[in-house]
Amino acid sequence: MHPNPDWPLYEIFVRARGGLDHKHVGSVHAADAAMALEHARDVYTRRLEGVSVWVVRSTDILASDPAEADALFEPARDKVYRHPTFYDIPKEVETL
Amino acid sequence: MSATGDSAANRDAPGAPLEYVLRLGDTALVLAQRLGEWIGHAPAIEEDLGLANTALDLLGQARLLLAYAGEIEGRGRGEDDLAFLREESAFRNATLAEMPNGDFGDTIVRQLLLDAYQVPLYERLSASRDPRLAEIAAKALKESRYHLRYSSGWVVRLGDGTEESHARVQASLERLWPYTLELFDADELDRAVVASGVGPDPRAVEQDWSIRVDAVLAEATLARPATARYRWYGKQGRHSEHLGHLLAEMQHLPRVHPGARW
Repeated sequence: MHPNPDWPLYEIFVRARGGLDHKHVGSVHAADAAMALEHARDVYTRRLEGVSVWVVRSTDILASDPAEADALFEPARDKVYRHPTFYDIPKEVETL
Repeated sequence: MSATGDSAANRDAPGAPLEYVLRLGDTALVLAQRLGEWIGHAPAIEEDLGLANTALDLLGQARLLLAYAGEIEGRGRGEDDLAFLREESAFRNATLAEMPNGDFGDTIVRQLLLDAYQVPLYERLSASRDPRLAEIAAKALKESRYHLRYSSGWVVRLGDGTEESHARVQASLERLWPYTLELFDADELDRAVVASGVGPDPRAVEQDWSIRVDAVLAEATLARPATARYRWYGKQGRHSEHLGHLLAEMQHLPRVHPGARW
C-alpha cells in the first residue's frame, strides 16, 4: 500500500449515542473534510460505534505545551474543595 | 419468514423464481469478491477499509439471497454450496460485476455503474410481492445508498480532478459502458417477474439509473459514452473470460478442504 501522498490529517470525534458528547477516537488522512467524514465512517464506525461524527483538521487544533504542564495544571492539585463531592447523584442518571 | 408467513395473503403471494434470485445473489457475490481483491492494495489505508466495507455489505446481501435461492431450489443446497460448488456457467451475475479491477478508477467506475443500478432496483424490490425478497431488498437498500454515495464522490473527484485522472476515468467509463446494456435488457425471465409482481420493469430501473449516472457524470465533467451495440449475457450464464479465474480463486479453498472451518 502506498503512503497517503499529500493528504492532510484530520482528527475524528464520534458520538456513541444521543445525549453523549463526541469523543476523540483517532485520525485519518483525507483530501478534504468531506472525504475525511467518509473515511471516519469507514474506519471508526464499522462496529456500530457511533451515531454522529465530527472531523477537524489536525492543524486547526491548538494544543497546550506539555512543558508548561506544571504551571497550567499543578495548582489545581491541592484544591480538592473544587470537587462537588457533596451531591447525591440519582441512580437513574447514567452519564453525568 | 415473518410471523405472517402463513396468512392467506402471503400464501397466495408469488415466490421469486430461482433463476431471478440467483441473478441478484451472484451479482452481489461476484462484485464482493472483486472488491475483496483490493484488500492490502488500495491507494490509502482508509480506502482499503472503505472498499472492504462495501465488499462485506455485498457479501452479506449475497448470503441472504443465495440462502433463499437454496430454499427455493429445495435440493438441500445452502449458501456455501451455491457460492463454492457451482460451475462458471451456473452463475447468473451481470457480466459487469466480474470485470477485472484494473486501476482504482476502473474499480470506482464499475462500482458507480452497479451502485446506481442496485439502488433503484432494491427500492422497487422492497415492494416485491415476494415478502422474503422484499425484506432482503429493504436491508440491502440502506447499504447500497452508502455505496453509491462513496462511488459517486470518487468519480467526481477523479473526473473533475487532474488532466490525467479525467482522461483515465473517462477511458474506464468507455470500456465498461457496453456491459451496462445487459442490466436493462429484459429477457423472458425479467418479463415473467414483472408480470407476477415479484420484480421491477428493467426499463423503469434504467430511467432511474440514467438520471443518477448522468448527474454524477455532469458533476465529474465526464461525457456519457455512446450506446454500444454488443451485449453480454452473464445473467443467462454466458460470461466473459474473467469469471472463471475469479471463481478459481474464490472456490479453491472450500473445494480443496471441503467443510473447512476457522
